[in-house]
Amino acid sequence: MLTSQFLLLGAILFCIGVYGVIARKNAVLVLMSIELILNSVNINLLAFALRNGSADGHTFALYIIAVAAAEVGVGLAMVLLIYRNRRSIGLDELSEMRG
Amino acid sequence: MFAASETLAPLSGGWFLDNAWLAPVVPTIGFALIVLFGKRLPKKGSELGVLSLLASLVVASGAAWQWIQRVNSAAEEQFVAPVVRTWSWWQAGGVEFTIGQHVDGLGVVVLFVVAFISTLVQVYSLEYLRGDRRYTHFFASLTLFSAGMLAMVIAEDMIPFLLGWEIMGLCSFILIGHWWEDGANSRAALKAFFTVRTGDIGLLVGIAILFFAANDWTTENLGLSGFSIRGISAWALSGDPNSTVILMAAIALFIASIGKSGQFPLHTWLPDAMAGPTPVSSLLHSSTMVVAGVFLVARLYPVFFAGLDILGPSSNVIMAIAAITIVIAAALAFVQTDIKRVLAYSTVSQLGYMMLGLGAGAWLPAVFHIFTHAFFKACLFLCAGSVGHSASHHSFDMKRDMGGLRKHMPITFAAWVVSTLALCGVFPFSGFFSKDEIIDNVGGNGYTFFMIVGLGGAFLTAAYMTRATYLMFFGEPRGAAAGEHGHDTHGHAHDAHANHPDHSGPHESGVLITAPIAVLAVLAIFAGLFNATPFGESWEYLKKWVEPRAAVVVEAHAGGPGESLIIAVPNAEEGHSKSPCGKETPQDGICYAPQLNHAKFKWSKAFLSLAIVFAGIAVSWLLSAAFYGRRDPRLVGLTQRNGLARAGYRLLANKYYLDDFYERGIVSSVSGPVARGAYWFNQNVLDGILHGVARGAKAIAHVVYRDIDQRLVDGTVNASADATKTAGATVQPIQSGRVGHYGALLFATAAVAALVFVILNT
Repeated sequence: MLTSQFLLLGAILFCIGVYGVIARKNAVLVLMSIELILNSVNINLLAFALRNGSADGHTFALYIIAVAAAEVGVGLAMVLLIYRNRRSIGLDELSEMRG
Repeated sequence: MFAASETLAPLSGGWFLDNAWLAPVVPTIGFALIVLFGKRLPKKGSELGVLSLLASLVVASGAAWQWIQRVNSAAEEQFVAPVVRTWSWWQAGGVEFTIGQHVDGLGVVVLFVVAFISTLVQVYSLEYLRGDRRYTHFFASLTLFSAGMLAMVIAEDMIPFLLGWEIMGLCSFILIGHWWEDGANSRAALKAFFTVRTGDIGLLVGIAILFFAANDWTTENLGLSGFSIRGISAWALSGDPNSTVILMAAIALFIASIGKSGQFPLHTWLPDAMAGPTPVSSLLHSSTMVVAGVFLVARLYPVFFAGLDILGPSSNVIMAIAAITIVIAAALAFVQTDIKRVLAYSTVSQLGYMMLGLGAGAWLPAVFHIFTHAFFKACLFLCAGSVGHSASHHSFDMKRDMGGLRKHMPITFAAWVVSTLALCGVFPFSGFFSKDEIIDNVGGNGYTFFMIVGLGGAFLTAAYMTRATYLMFFGEPRGAAAGEHGHDTHGHAHDAHANHPDHSGPHESGVLITAPIAVLAVLAIFAGLFNATPFGESWEYLKKWVEPRAAVVVEAHAGGPGESLIIAVPNAEEGHSKSPCGKETPQDGICYAPQLNHAKFKWSKAFLSLAIVFAGIAVSWLLSAAFYGRRDPRLVGLTQRNGLARAGYRLLANKYYLDDFYERGIVSSVSGPVARGAYWFNQNVLDGILHGVARGAKAIAHVVYRDIDQRLVDGTVNASADATKTAGATVQPIQSGRVGHYGALLFATAAVAALVFVILNT
């Protein structure tokens, strides 16, 4: 069944994304990895929507695309501001959130 | 005549017809390549733009040629089926979304015109924008712009149609604001974008209405979705639609056309769009963008035909809007000093003619006018650009910086005069054939009032174009044209041409500029011969090739979607060539196009309109010579002395106060009261509730504080705080402040949770 291949692709993308979020030090690359994760979710939604023959999954995927666009807009704006303040976008140097 | 069951000889096809979808795809690829690699190429990406549009032109010409073969291979009165290919790209909830091509007569004509003019404009831009700081991006946007129009023209259903339509809207925004460093340019770009978007809502609404109204019928009878243009056309003429629904759909779609094609009252963006580079204006105003609105009406003509009762006894909204547009835009052209604005208003007025034709059932003359107008209007804009480029230091002010240029720029002058005569509608230039045919057919279908409006518009057109010609090319040279330098306060294009090699007085432009102008000028003379009604039936090529035949079609599905066997059905009465399509519900078949009438050409009517045009030219010439040439004291300062003239001038100079009305009237009247109302609501209602609640809460709080809080709660809290403190000290190291650590924790937790789920569910 083709669905399993879609799901496998989604899983691979998700793992790459998770790896990127955890291991990367560059904020822009982390944002890109988050996009990868969101897209792997989209693939999953579409795969299941195709299997069930319903339009709901497509609709949700469209919503996710729109939300992802907004998210990356906000994220990049934050990265820009961080860069202006600290002249660096290395996430390692940002530890003001320490409890 | 043929029996209903008899199969006709198959229509001829061909590679270009089958692959006409390449026409928009190649420039799209060109756009991507320019964006990715343009800056590294020797010509900064411009070669990719020109090449991709040349390829597109080859495809379009091949398709046009093979379409002519296809029409010739069909029998008389046989419906010539469009060449349709579709690919499904999305399937959800039982609805299939397709992308594909729909090539018919209208498609190939507009495809050819767009590809042809885009190619010439790109060649022209090579020279005109040389040294511009965003040269590569300019060519990228210009290429995508053409691709958007081509995609819209070839679209098989309404979703790709909408896609092409929006790509054009976006690219026009980018291109009008090309020199965005100047605040006025970016404002013009925004104005164009928002005004067109106001209309675009109509397109979305119209598509939605049509889909929900037509989908059942089209799925059942044709196996097509409710987005398909063929399906919608057939449905509109099938007698199935509810008259209110189809009226709403037609009006919604017409609102989109008003926005895109600059019809009254949304025409205000078009003249401001002149802030863009001249090649953009030329492309925007001749074959792309503004023609899109007219094309929409022509493409979905059955919807308008049935919805607005075209050819019915009373006039309809399209004709009313078009007539207003023709007259007010032509009147505005008289008070402009910027040559490009004169041409912009002229475009608005000519689009009014096309709409008038469509509204009055003169479909073919309107499409023919798209065809001829594209050539001469592109030529006029390119001539204006040539003058600005080589003679007036990028100023387009006719009164200050032009005059007497005919000696310096012979090619530009000749091309300008030819195109002006074509625009005015002088025999035998191309505009005569198309414009006269529109006016003729509007009268022929019984709309006498609108025919008179059309003739009046012809008078005004002749007059304002004569005024512009006089100011540009005759009289004494003024300002920059006389060799003066140094007024840098005007002219949008200044910064872009800072390194222009010579500024030594007016001279003829280089060959890359004059060659496209010359080609277009030749077409401005001869394009009219493609449908020269005055010379008899045998000259009416466009009528034969382009007009969809209103035959009743029996469609049998053979071999899946896109391939259907088409059989012509005889008309009910022998010897009567009119099909019932459009007038009554077709029996035993489907109509794709309504039966339209064609007015008989009479030289007497043509002489009347020619006389009006010549009168316009003569009156305007005499007035211009007296006013601008000799400074006749009776005319100079008339607007100061005569109250009526002053009032008229101020009304025109302020563009009928429409811009003021939109900004102060609509924008501030909506935003002001909304803000005031929200403030009042906040102050009185919300605050009142809050105050009341607060007072009540204060009284209760007093009691609660003393008894519950101090004794009961505090005891508990103190105890738990001690516990938390101990726990916090234990887990504090996890709170490293590193985003990565948090992420790792999050995913680890999620993984554990997933594992638990899996175990629980197995």
